[in-house]
Amino acid sequence: MSRLGTIARRSFLFGSVAIAGGVALGVWYLRSPGTNPLRPEPDETTLNPFVLIDGNGVTLIAPRAEMGQGTQTTWAALIAEEMDLAWDQVQVLHGPPAQAYYNSALMAENAPGPAYGKSAFQHAVGEALGTLGKPLRMQVTGGSTAMKDGFERMRAAGAAAREMLKAAAAARLDTDPGLLTTENGAVIGPDGQRFPYTELAEEARGHAPREVLLRDPSEWNLLGKPLPRLDMVRKATGTAQYSIDVRPEGLRFAALRMSPRRAGMLRFDAEAAEQMAGVEKIVDLGDGVAVIATNTWLAQQAVDAIEIDWAPAPYPETTDAILAEIEAAFDRAPDSTLLDRGDPDSLPDGASEISAEYRVPFLAHATMEPLNATAHVTAEGLKIWSGNQLPTFTRSACADAAGLPERRVTVHTTLMGGGFGRRGELDFSVLATRVAAALPGTPVMTTWSREEDMRRDFYRPAAIARMRGAVKDGEAVLFDAAVAAPSTARQALERWMGFAPPGPDKVHVEGLWNQPYAIPNARARGHIAPELKVPVGFWRSVGNSYNGFFHESFLDEMAHAAGADPLAFRIALADRAWRPAARVLEAVREMSGWPEKPEGTGRGVAMCFSFGTPVACVIEVAESDGGIRIPRAWMAADVGVALDPGILDQQLVGGLVYGLSAAIMGEITFADGMAEQENFYDYDALRLPQMPEVETRILETQRWISGIGEPGTPPAAPALANALFDLTGTRHRTLPLNRAVSFAA
Amino acid sequence: MPTTLTVNGTAHEIDLPAEVPLLWVLRDALHLTGTKFGCGVAACGACTVQIDGEAVRSCQVALGDVWGDVTTIEGLGTPAALSKLQQAWIDHQVAQCGYCQSGQIMQAAALLAETPQPDDAAIDAAMAGNLCRCGTYPRIRAAIRAAAGMEG
Ligand code: FES
Ligand code: FES
Repeated sequence: MSRLGTIARRSFLFGSVAIAGGVALGVWYLRSPGTNPLRPEPDETTLNPFVLIDGNGVTLIAPRAEMGQGTQTTWAALIAEEMDLAWDQVQVLHGPPAQAYYNSALMAENAPGPAYGKSAFQHAVGEALGTLGKPLRMQVTGGSTAMKDGFERMRAAGAAAREMLKAAAAARLDTDPGLLTTENGAVIGPDGQRFPYTELAEEARGHAPREVLLRDPSEWNLLGKPLPRLDMVRKATGTAQYSIDVRPEGLRFAALRMSPRRAGMLRFDAEAAEQMAGVEKIVDLGDGVAVIATNTWLAQQAVDAIEIDWAPAPYPETTDAILAEIEAAFDRAPDSTLLDRGDPDSLPDGASEISAEYRVPFLAHATMEPLNATAHVTAEGLKIWSGNQLPTFTRSACADAAGLPERRVTVHTTLMGGGFGRRGELDFSVLATRVAAALPGTPVMTTWSREEDMRRDFYRPAAIARMRGAVKDGEAVLFDAAVAAPSTARQALERWMGFAPPGPDKVHVEGLWNQPYAIPNARARGHIAPELKVPVGFWRSVGNSYNGFFHESFLDEMAHAAGADPLAFRIALADRAWRPAARVLEAVREMSGWPEKPEGTGRGVAMCFSFGTPVACVIEVAESDGGIRIPRAWMAADVGVALDPGILDQQLVGGLVYGLSAAIMGEITFADGMAEQENFYDYDALRLPQMPEVETRILETQRWISGIGEPGTPPAAPALANALFDLTGTRHRTLPLNRAVSFAA
Repeated sequence: MPTTLTVNGTAHEIDLPAEVPLLWVLRDALHLTGTKFGCGVAACGACTVQIDGEAVRSCQVALGDVWGDVTTIEGLGTPAALSKLQQAWIDHQVAQCGYCQSGQIMQAAALLAETPQPDDAAIDAAMAGNLCRCGTYPRIRAAIRAAAGMEG
């Protein structure tokens, strides 16, 4: 087992977690995050792993994947706020893979109990569990965790750097640092003397403080308002560099084909390809073939000319057979029953029962930038340029692939043209390493065609839900849900670490068992299809992406069965469970003017709690000559602390679009063991003419800061399906909706 | 035999087969990487450039068929000298991952050159071929309107 696997296994054996002491308000005791991985050049100084200063200015390290969600901008703002940097002075870099950059929030998701309405104790348990990320070297961007992770840690890193710089200036002036202030990247002396950080950095190094005081939000200058994103000018001028854009000297371009049946290669014939223009090398990868050429397109032409026989798929060959295996999981004992309240087996006296079955398909990530990475194998070691969400794991996997120790592998994590979970995988970096290893001394970029990207995805799993509920006197009295699917978490953790921790798969049932609705008798069971080997992976909002649809569509059915208004029905249930959930519903009620609506339109509502954030959404649909249109949508989210309202709005809208695209038209089907869709003509997404006008509102009433990259996605599908029901009276229980409904183009 | 290609006002001799799509000439031979590969089949618009002012999918135009001067995102404006449209894009903080944005901007620039004050239907028609997986559409609309002086 890899070193990583050994550490991980040991770490998961901790039976209990000790929680020590409390933390005085605002004071942050500094624990070293680990060895500083930054290797400053002679004229540079690092004050901690997140702050690098040279003669030209201050560079902040935001070691999280920037895949569009704005994380590097807000991460840098957290540090800059406490350092008193002017925004136009801030530069940001991703930095190298390092334990110091572990994610302290990801493992916290494993704390017991639903995540809403956490007490200080539950929060502390989560924080303690989060420290497991460090021995696991879990430098991962995912689970909408960046702001939970960085909110205190990065302000503390900025404050510590500021205090060090003040101490250096105080030493120069032979005075008390308490008499000094900071502004716009400089320490200001008692008589107004100005010491730019760039001049103090070297002297500041010896002055690391043991504790720092974090500023009250009322004193914030950068946080809390929309800042210009640090990547915006580059992205508007074509100068942003994604991994597909790196051009090291002497670069060659490769295309590859791996098995669309996700198994071995039986034979191939590359005779024709060898003769084609630009071809420099055919690489037999054993389980696939690559062509290295002088141009990506010439490489693609040549690789497509290779005849290949693929071994049979290790899973059923057709969608129907796969779904039958998923359905059979209902006959197995549940993997989890995380919600079991009251007496869900009996029907309360005088209540009326309803039940329904729901289905959703496999989905592709379809990031805008097709998967790619560049590798350069030399006598010194391996360099890799890869837009990835897990740099430490990427480094160890590529080191293994190249047969090198990790210390001889350099990973450059670039900007990403979308991630949505797909770039939290290792395959594209490892394959680029294997291809480049065939041409040592030459950097080789391996770019997947769109077809390869779609056929070789780790899909959002198809899932089936069996729902049962009961209402009485206009209220919900019973909710009993069961969901069946293959386990994404187990497959993904196997790929990351070589093993999956035992215990119930929480991710599989997230969005089903932990929703803030006070229904007296309630149960949620998760059934896993354990043998199903269709490759599945984390897809924006993961389990919530299907459970949100099941939960919120069925709750709508219950509201109608109760003869209640679906929004009022939800507010009443949420109000008794957790006020912030009721508040986001009240917000969309007010924003949309519910229950009033224009003639000829239908409206639907959904509220999903995911990644710590309740999001409510109202969607409006209307008939038109061309089919159903979606004129408007309203969304409200409570994130506890709104660090950048502009980015929060982008993420809510972006999450909605991602969810609507899937709900309306997203579907991967299988035939002959292969995904049948291959490009945007048969796996399309929402286009500008179909885009509703969206109004968003951010609330800050819940106690803890929460995530935003994913929570906008889950309510999209149910709000849309509920709106269609309102308009047409037809209940849609199967996605995608365009199988039954014609939408305007 | 090398082909002569004029990009952003500069003539280049390109030593690649004539059937290589313009996209891959720009990206891999000239290292003008602002123009993006998304699908290769005219289904996403990420590769949009202009030939003689007309927006085209560069993945569909063979090197040998390029009929005029090519303008790419790098030729529209630079960080130090932004075009009005790029400034509007920044003012409205349009981009998320940003990967589709070169194509969006080149498409929008061609629209505004032809129709300086496009109504919603014209914007819809012009931009329908440009996919954005991050869902930046409302801000794209707003930036186009602003660049056309039609804000509010
Ligand atoms: S790459 Fe040309 S349209 Fe998609
Ligand atoms: S900004 Fe990411 S695809 Fe458009």
